[in-house]
Amino acid sequence: MNCSMQIKAKGDKKTINCEEKAIFSNPNYCAKHFSKYVEQKTADTIKKFKLISPSDKICVAVSGGKDSVSLLYILKKQGFNVEALAIDEGIAGYRNITLDFLKNFCEKHKIKLTIKNYEDDFGKRLDEVVKKGEPACNLCGTFRRHMLNKYAAEYDKIATGHNLDDEAQAVLMNLFKAQTRMLGRQGPKTSKKDFVRKIKPFYFLKEKEIMAYAFLNDINVPFIECPFASVSFRGHIRDWLNALEAKTPGTKENIIRHYLSLTKKIKMDDASTLDECPLCGFPSSNGLCHACRLKMKL
Amino acid sequence: MEVYLEKTDEHKTISFKGTAKELLEKLGINPEEALVVRAHELLSLDDNVYDTDKIRILSVISGG
Repeated sequence: MNCSMQIKAKGDKKTINCEEKAIFSNPNYCAKHFSKYVEQKTADTIKKFKLISPSDKICVAVSGGKDSVSLLYILKKQGFNVEALAIDEGIAGYRNITLDFLKNFCEKHKIKLTIKNYEDDFGKRLDEVVKKGEPACNLCGTFRRHMLNKYAAEYDKIATGHNLDDEAQAVLMNLFKAQTRMLGRQGPKTSKKDFVRKIKPFYFLKEKEIMAYAFLNDINVPFIECPFASVSFRGHIRDWLNALEAKTPGTKENIIRHYLSLTKKIKMDDASTLDECPLCGFPSSNGLCHACRLKMKL
Repeated sequence: MEVYLEKTDEHKTISFKGTAKELLEKLGINPEEALVVRAHELLSLDDNVYDTDKIRILSVISGG
């Protein structure tokens, strides 16, 4: 199948079909037009939801995976003022590999990379804590969010590589768990003013599209899985949603579009103010923040 | 056909001729969760693959 992109013929006002071979299905684009499609969709999301102002200094939260690294690459390519922040949880045989990749990538593309680690902030590496029986994912996510907010405080925005799949999964997870307040906290940008605002320029791009973009642009992130990753509720939702998407293309986007149409009402429900955590001073909805509670348990 | 599955780090030799989508179905992989690559070239799901091909199946989903 050929690329379905309509292009203008040289010296002619008429449009013709691109005759290159398609390398992707739905949308059926050739390599060149597929990369342009991903970059344009990112730019359109930034513009439509006013994610970035021209003067903004952006902190891209990078894990070393395809989503965050592709986001860093595209934002830099589009001329935004970006720097990268990585959190080293301390997982031997995993994070050190992705951090090595990130260091090389950022050096090659002349992007400032800051790496902060759990051990300095919480006194222990994640793999030490897990050995003592603490659940890895809850701890990891809480500490990661805490450190991102702490170390990105000097930036105007934190950009994350969350994609359409992540967001559709989150909408369903919150729906199935009846977490209405959490629904109000999703969307292409966060609404809370107490933290640095988080933005998701890949909000409308599928995970598979980002993977294809990374491949086509030689963003060769290492394929490595976290040793503590387990079959989670999100994993079940992801598998189910992918099966549905394969049978009924457009399902993921429909979930997101339906969610966005309800956003105004949901945001009003999430307009509560936050207190200050008495230990770290960060915003907290209930006295001690979750990160400080966990830290005290360790 | 020689197939390398990135997610499980497996090499398989199978007899197959059909589209990339049909190959994924034969391997029990959801097309939403994989990219099919032949000699550094990304294939669309409609592309034909042949018995003599060396194919890499890249995993879209990364854990962690």
